[in-house]
Amino acid sequence: MKNKSLVSINDFTREEHIRILDLAGDFERRPRQRILEDYVVATLFFEPSTRTRLSFESAATRLGARVIGFSEPGSSSVQKGESLRDTIRTVSNYADIIVMRHPREGSARFASEVSRVPVINAGDGSNQHPTQTLLDLYSIRKTQGTLNNLNIAFVGDLKYGRTVHSLTMALCNYNTTFHLVSPAELKLPSSVKVHIKERQLAYYQYTELQEVISKVDILYMTRIQKERFQDPMEYEKVKNSYILRNSMLEGGKSNLKILHPLPRVNEITYDVDDNPKAYYFTQALNGVFVRQALLAAILGVVE
Amino acid sequence: MEKTDQRKELKVSAIENGSVIDHIPVQSVYQVLRILNLTEYNDQLLIGNHLESRKMGRKGIIKVSNKYFKSDEINKIALVAPSATLIVIKNFEVVQKNQVEVPNKVEKIVKCFNPNCITNHEEVSTYFDVINKEDLKLRCHYCEKITAKDNMAFK
Repeated sequence: MKNKSLVSINDFTREEHIRILDLAGDFERRPRQRILEDYVVATLFFEPSTRTRLSFESAATRLGARVIGFSEPGSSSVQKGESLRDTIRTVSNYADIIVMRHPREGSARFASEVSRVPVINAGDGSNQHPTQTLLDLYSIRKTQGTLNNLNIAFVGDLKYGRTVHSLTMALCNYNTTFHLVSPAELKLPSSVKVHIKERQLAYYQYTELQEVISKVDILYMTRIQKERFQDPMEYEKVKNSYILRNSMLEGGKSNLKILHPLPRVNEITYDVDDNPKAYYFTQALNGVFVRQALLAAILGVVE
Repeated sequence: MEKTDQRKELKVSAIENGSVIDHIPVQSVYQVLRILNLTEYNDQLLIGNHLESRKMGRKGIIKVSNKYFKSDEINKIALVAPSATLIVIKNFEVVQKNQVEVPNKVEKIVKCFNPNCITNHEEVSTYFDVINKEDLKLRCHYCEKITAKDNMAFK
């Protein structure tokens, strides 16, 4: 993985994913290791994302690296009209690795082609967010003890949610059974389903959340955004149908865990937070360990 | 003798040496010229359009003197003219005739249909993997979205 950019979840092989998860486990046991003291990590956020940026900066700092960069384009040369090509070429002279978030799809792939140093994609528009996928895999493996043969439900906006798309693609390597819960308008697109079908894995589609709760090991909740609906009436009709309440979890399996990429709005009520099945805040913490693993592996300080 | 008679009937004169691109859909002739950079060509170039065709009703044809196309070059036109045939002419004789084929990769000539793709905002050449040749579908190397035949535009 040394010097390899991570733009799309499929840039790394299944074995490389597993290696990152194993390394992340080491960092969870020993989060403070000053193995990147001589390194500079650039975090270039062409659109704000406080959570992802802080998670990366925390990961880099815990490994002893220096962090440079910007958190919104307004405070950078981008506002002066500099092209992405020039920004990346310049910054790749200053840093050993670039972490980048950008509102346009394909920007990270392009950056990885013009950069002298490896690029980690921290989200390119609606396309990819591979570090989120790896932390999701880590959270699933940690709570279930395995990635193989699980029943996993995705709930909410399955059409536009890039988190769901990338994780679905990654899980196709592990004989997953998929349970897809969404309003008719926000079903998983065929461009993603094709990966499930290629592997001949089972998938079931539902419109009622309650139907899947007793069947699954992981309940992966996502936010339904109003602006995704062409007809506001349709949003009003479905907006309360995909809210998870503590009382709905009674029939759930003992190993059931609830994940959510955060931030949540109202799709999980606060009374779920104290249920031992709630895992979303720990999931966010796992992101730091996974990003430590990625920085260390790509910079080549661990094998 | 027979050959000479045939030649007389041609709506577009024969060429001595070069390539003929035949059976081009009438709406694609100018696109084919652009894709093959023939608008800049400075040798004899003969173009016919809306010619009668038994196979297609109406068709276009382009004859290019003293030019032989490599297969990956000519296959680019398969995106707009899948029915086209490439004929190689030497000494007024047909020496080779091939149907064009949709290539595995498409560079530069197609625009990504996704308005938010980086290739529509920075100076980046487009690059696609062809994921379906029959029902034409191209996956953008950058944004990973799929441009299908219906929303395909050319640069």
